[in-house]
Amino acid sequence: MTSGGIRRSFTAAAALALASFGSVVHAAPGPWQLNMQRGESTWSQVPYHLNNISLAVCTVIGILVFGAMFIAMFRFRKSRGAVAEKWSHNTMVEVVWTTIPVVILVVLAYLATGGLTSWADTTGSQMTVKVTGYQWKWRYDYVDYQGKPIDKVGFMSKLDTQSDRTRQLGSGMDPFAVKVGDESTYLLNVDNPLVVPVDTKIRFVITSGDVIHSWWVPATGWKLDAIPGIINAAWANFQTPGTYRGQCAELCGQDHGFMPIVVVVKSKADFAAWLAGQQAKSAAPAAAPAAASSAAAPQTSQAAPVADTAKQG
Amino acid sequence: MSYAATHDHHDDHHGAPKGFFQRWCMSTNHKDIGTLYLVFALTMFFIGGSFAMLIRAELFKPGMQLMQPYFFNQLTTMHALVMIFGAIMPAFVGLGNWMIPLMVGAPDMALPRMNNLSFWILPFAFLLMLSTLFMPGGGPAGGWTLYPPLSLQSDSLAYVVFAVHLMGISSIMGAINIIATILNMRAPGMELLKMPVFVWSWLITAFLLIAVMPVLAGAVTMLLTDKYFGTNFFNPGGGGDPVLYQHIFWFFGHPEVYIMILPAFGIISEIVPTFARKPIFGYKAMVFAIASIAFLSFIVWAHHMFAVGLPLGAEIFFMYATMLIAVPTGVKVFNWVATIWGSSMTFETPMLFAIAFIILFTIGGFSGLMLALVPADFQYHDTYFVVAHFHYVLVTGALFAIIAASYYWLPKWTGNMYSEFWGKVHFWNSVIWVNVLFFPQHFLGLAGMPRRIPDYNVAFANFNMISSIGGFLFGATQLIFIGVLIHCAFFSKKKATDRVWEGARGLEWTVPSPAPHHTFEVPPVIHDDELAHGHVND
Repeated sequence: MTSGGIRRSFTAAAALALASFGSVVHAAPGPWQLNMQRGESTWSQVPYHLNNISLAVCTVIGILVFGAMFIAMFRFRKSRGAVAEKWSHNTMVEVVWTTIPVVILVVLAYLATGGLTSWADTTGSQMTVKVTGYQWKWRYDYVDYQGKPIDKVGFMSKLDTQSDRTRQLGSGMDPFAVKVGDESTYLLNVDNPLVVPVDTKIRFVITSGDVIHSWWVPATGWKLDAIPGIINAAWANFQTPGTYRGQCAELCGQDHGFMPIVVVVKSKADFAAWLAGQQAKSAAPAAAPAAASSAAAPQTSQAAPVADTAKQG
Repeated sequence: MSYAATHDHHDDHHGAPKGFFQRWCMSTNHKDIGTLYLVFALTMFFIGGSFAMLIRAELFKPGMQLMQPYFFNQLTTMHALVMIFGAIMPAFVGLGNWMIPLMVGAPDMALPRMNNLSFWILPFAFLLMLSTLFMPGGGPAGGWTLYPPLSLQSDSLAYVVFAVHLMGISSIMGAINIIATILNMRAPGMELLKMPVFVWSWLITAFLLIAVMPVLAGAVTMLLTDKYFGTNFFNPGGGGDPVLYQHIFWFFGHPEVYIMILPAFGIISEIVPTFARKPIFGYKAMVFAIASIAFLSFIVWAHHMFAVGLPLGAEIFFMYATMLIAVPTGVKVFNWVATIWGSSMTFETPMLFAIAFIILFTIGGFSGLMLALVPADFQYHDTYFVVAHFHYVLVTGALFAIIAASYYWLPKWTGNMYSEFWGKVHFWNSVIWVNVLFFPQHFLGLAGMPRRIPDYNVAFANFNMISSIGGFLFGATQLIFIGVLIHCAFFSKKKATDRVWEGARGLEWTVPSPAPHHTFEVPPVIHDDELAHGHVND
């Protein structure tokens, strides 16, 4: 990119700044996106607002401090005949600029503590999904829904074939050509997405089968590490049906960059139908005695839905 | 004058040894060892920088262009290890070696032979570590934090662990030396509360080093025994806990962060008053702020681990403790601003870098405050927002302070003035391109780009390309620095005066330029007017 290109880039960035900082909702990252997405779950507003508030606080402090510095650099130059004064302390201003930050911090801490407490409360969830990280794919097991345990609905979820072919060194394929509909899904699409119902408090229990991973869908507002030997829990309650994309966020080896996460949120009726279909499928191979326990995972994996990651209304 | 007052009767009968090996390999002279440290740090800065150039080249556009993902992971891991342990830390030790005895009126470091050993361990430690890149299994690729179980999958773990042990031994010996020098070797009249802030910052940093380097050594030794001797410290299959490693590592890691920034605070607190021709505002508050930051650094480690699933109470405690750090750090920034208010400033290269430090380090501090808020950190954690944050505090913070210090004391070291024109060319290119390099990374992180990935969705393409262009130009700009240094040391015709800078105060400016091989063999007579902070009453 030439310097003209950079200039064009900055002009475009300035033009898009308003849109990006405004109320536009991003389900997936967009080009020139400047700010955090608002998210689509009930809780995801918390980090979004904290981000905006703390950014605003920092901006105001920055304008004051840097403004004072630039005024000083302009006024108190030797070349303008400035003569240095002798004072080197002033108790009054020191007390003021110690106290004011404390007050600001207390306000921020208050807001953050409230948000954090609500995040940590996984009680009253209507659904449980177990998420297991592997090098380099995810496994989803449906544990219970509306108080009823779910049997044998679980599958592996890994990078889609098109992205996987394109990302090979020297593939000669264009990452911009990897699309679902008009959405660029390069490295953000999977073969079998996690399917969940809308408007349901879903408890995610997260663990790992090998090294540490981190399960992150920005639309939920949080990420949580998947650690072998430990089961972490968090919750999300999606407000809008749709397709939400994320990635592994903890370095987990050579293909860390290639284990995305896709959550498809369906209406409750559609989800119930989908779940019934899954249970029917998994019942069939389970009846066959050939399904050895060691092959259970790949078996259920094949029983998983056909790739269905197009945007859903 | 204090130097001349005690030295006019003194014959300079033993200068530097003549033979190259004798002078540099067997040196016990704090100035020569300081030079060795600085040259070593500069070399490592370019090696680590070349890794960064490769990283930015791969990230220039989406799609894998240049390397396999595993090699990319080796690059990010090595870039961090080399820059932290090879460039930033040795550079500060080199500056401390050169300047602390000169600033407190001591003839040399308290333990000169140990000084030699603590330097000469380092080249071997890095040879050991860098050699893994040429081995069949490749170098470490699990990130510089060496989190298990991933780091246990690496074939080069043992090399890295032993290299870290050597670096730790070197750092601890260096720290002991600095503490012994400052506490025992000050000239009569150089009271603790008249010491330069740089000396204070190093005294506090040295205590941090002694406290935490053994913790790191313990953590990596447990990795070693887990991999090779059948222990299960971090293996859940044997009753261990991978998160335990993270607690131990960050108990080292967070003080380590301040080990890399406190001496920078000290440097800026010397440079700003010199070119502002006005005493530092709130000397005691500055010293106390450094001490408070050092104390707080021990109780904030888990803010690196907000996403591992800590109990609610722990998240709240570490959030509050982390936010507290903003108070003493704010005091430092406000005091620097107050120092230049009502002053009489000139803008030589060291001052330009110091001003850029204050502004850009503060931006890194702002993103640090945002990261402290746990719910927001759930989004920021392990994204490019974090990458932008720590590069603002380490590159435009620690590195800019080291460069500022180099320009500031170069005339004293070499006896020659550097080229002010080329120094300014270096500054303006550095300050522009470093922002082109790192500022867009805030946006990438907020939009959802994880760190440590070799390839990314096309939505992140624009800012990555801008960042890479900034990276290449920032890297190229540092070649100007090499040119300025070589020109100043070997070719500059302009001789430096003893005082060098009009507003310079302190004992180091009372010795000739270049500083003779031995200084202050007889303690100087100290006049408070000559000290940078001689008349402290606040």
